[in-house]
Amino acid sequence: MRTITLGTAILGSICGMLGSFAVLRKQSLLGDAISHAALPGIAIAFLITGTKETNVLLIGALISGLLGAFWIRGITKRTHLKSDTALGLILSIFFGFGMLLLTYIQKQPNANQSGLDKFLFGQAATLLSRDVWFMASVTFVCLCVLLLFWKEFKILLFDADYAKTLGFNTKFIDILITSFIVLAIVLGLQTVGVVLMSAMLLAPAAAARQWTNSLGVMVVLAAIFGATSGVLGTAISASQNNLSTGPVIVLVAAVFVIFSFIFSPSRGLLFRQIRFIQNRKDLELHKTLAFMFEIAQDHENISHPHAVKILNNFHGFTRKTLGKLEAKEYISVKGQMWSMTPKGYHFAANLYNQQTNEDE
Amino acid sequence: MSSAQIEIQLIASLVAIACAIPGTFLVLRKMALISDAISHSILPGLVLGFFITHDLGSPLLIVMAAISGVVTVVLVEFIQKTRLVKEDTAIGLVFPALFSIGVILIAKNANDVHLDTDVVLLGELAFAPFDRFLINGFDLGPKSLWIIGTILLISITLLIAFFKELKISTFDVGLATALGFSPVIIHYGLMSVASVTIVGAFDAVGAILVVALMIAPAATAYLLTDNLKRMLVLSVFFGVFAAIAGYWFAHWLDASISGSMTTVLGIIFLFVYLFAPKRGLISVLYRNKQQQVEVSLLTFLLHLNNHKEVNERHINHLHEHINWRRVQSKSVVDLALKNNMITIDDSIISLTEKGKNFTDKAIDYIITNDDSKIESIKEDFFLFRG
Repeated sequence: MRTITLGTAILGSICGMLGSFAVLRKQSLLGDAISHAALPGIAIAFLITGTKETNVLLIGALISGLLGAFWIRGITKRTHLKSDTALGLILSIFFGFGMLLLTYIQKQPNANQSGLDKFLFGQAATLLSRDVWFMASVTFVCLCVLLLFWKEFKILLFDADYAKTLGFNTKFIDILITSFIVLAIVLGLQTVGVVLMSAMLLAPAAAARQWTNSLGVMVVLAAIFGATSGVLGTAISASQNNLSTGPVIVLVAAVFVIFSFIFSPSRGLLFRQIRFIQNRKDLELHKTLAFMFEIAQDHENISHPHAVKILNNFHGFTRKTLGKLEAKEYISVKGQMWSMTPKGYHFAANLYNQQTNEDE
Repeated sequence: MSSAQIEIQLIASLVAIACAIPGTFLVLRKMALISDAISHSILPGLVLGFFITHDLGSPLLIVMAAISGVVTVVLVEFIQKTRLVKEDTAIGLVFPALFSIGVILIAKNANDVHLDTDVVLLGELAFAPFDRFLINGFDLGPKSLWIIGTILLISITLLIAFFKELKISTFDVGLATALGFSPVIIHYGLMSVASVTIVGAFDAVGAILVVALMIAPAATAYLLTDNLKRMLVLSVFFGVFAAIAGYWFAHWLDASISGSMTTVLGIIFLFVYLFAPKRGLISVLYRNKQQQVEVSLLTFLLHLNNHKEVNERHINHLHEHINWRRVQSKSVVDLALKNNMITIDDSIISLTEKGKNFTDKAIDYIITNDDSKIESIKEDFFLFRG
């Protein structure tokens, strides 16, 4: 149990880290394509070696995943087919080929073949402490490379042309980063399986993106989100019968995403809506103030009191807005009369000037 | 061939045709991955339908599945509209979540029924003929044949009826709106057809093959033609070919039919990808190479034109002055010589009359940047290739 939790946590964090890059590079669905493309590699590795040694199978998966990734690049670069077509094509063709091989293997007389299909949906329960160690060391290597090439990765991410003019070998960095994404995917196959691997990669990163605009913070946050959903998912699935770990982890990650979409302070839907309403209220307030200003202009004494009633033919005000304006000391209200303060007069006079100045 | 074999091939071919039609439009509209998303996320719809009816054969299942397909599209578009993430991320977030819900629902509740996630992913075409469509005990053929036949009929009717609208809204959304067609209606219409097709087909061939049958024939056809009608015909042809060849391949290997159909599709695509006359990898690389030679030749001629000094035109100094490797400069010089653009006089290169004219034209083009000027040069270039 501890092994499994540790394994999913490590997996979640590495996927979160590398997923950040995939999301920002608009390669979100690359993960989906590669995880499917890894399947024939597993089958072929089994056909050649005949063992079910996880590491051997994962090497096969790695090779065919890389093959798929670079074929996708080739298709989008060399032909006029768009990336979505290339991704869908590689995904379905490789997966279909993998299934062909799997069914072929299942019909073989040797009895050793069952259990390959655990890679379809993943079985976290099959994680051994050896696997977890392996995952941990890969994550460590990943982290080192990430720190070492941080500057290069960052610049390639946001301004590839600039990176090229600075003399970085963009092709190499690109290949490096794609390879690491493939590696992370392959690692996750055993735990969450081919079908749901893409969500592992995407969801923590998409959630982290909502909270920050800094790459470093995003990578760290994504790693934390990933690890947390790994741990929580494992715990929830262990608490009930018949709950496979992979889907539960994905759903926990999805909850993170939904939460972030709604409650993130700067980009979230909730605060965006609140800001929207606030802006609208401000506009109303300004409208009322501008109307008052027009009236006050006609009088020599700007603080000359007027009846609230005059405002009646104008719909932009309520008692509450008057109260607000008074709180800001733009007007003073006495009984049924209001009068403009010098501060309010000055503010209203410059209300639209400021805006035109800004526009220019 | 037994009648079951014929029936399987017939079903496979019909599925291939039914998928190729919406698939072509999805590929052209850059929405190919929506088919992947739909094919995964119809799972919760299927499961919910099953819970309501407790009958795997009920048409409600298909309706529920199709609805959850459309819901996927709506959800993806909703997330895209919030602009919190990029559009492909939206797809990647929605379908695994829905699929997970489906898997968990199955695992929790439908343990003892024949609603297996493997079947969902793969389908099993080999069993399709055993599920007969019976009316009063009279055998009307396999059920999936009827389902997919109906879907195919509907989508062909819609295709013919709305061909013009589909075409315009695919290639020029602005024009379609200006002409008064609603791209939104066409979009959701196409999505519904795709959704229903995926549901109908997936019963027979599974989620992944549906994606392959939608995207691969259309992508292959797109490498071969620019004409929409021809592309439709070609993708239908590739689909049917893969269906039949795939069946026999699977028969020979004794393996999954859907897997081998996909593999055949992959082989066809690989072949076309490499050898397509205009868009294939080989012809693209060949063309790039040729353009490189053409540009080098042009640079070389311009250099000659710019320099009257003898030492600049000495044959052995070329690689120093234009910064070329020796081999490259030799091949360029040979090419120019062959086309009578230059003469070599005692190791000193000079332009001939023809070369001079050509260079002037090129300079003219470079200065004015006017495309009509280059047309005649293009023909001249064509001469070198011969």
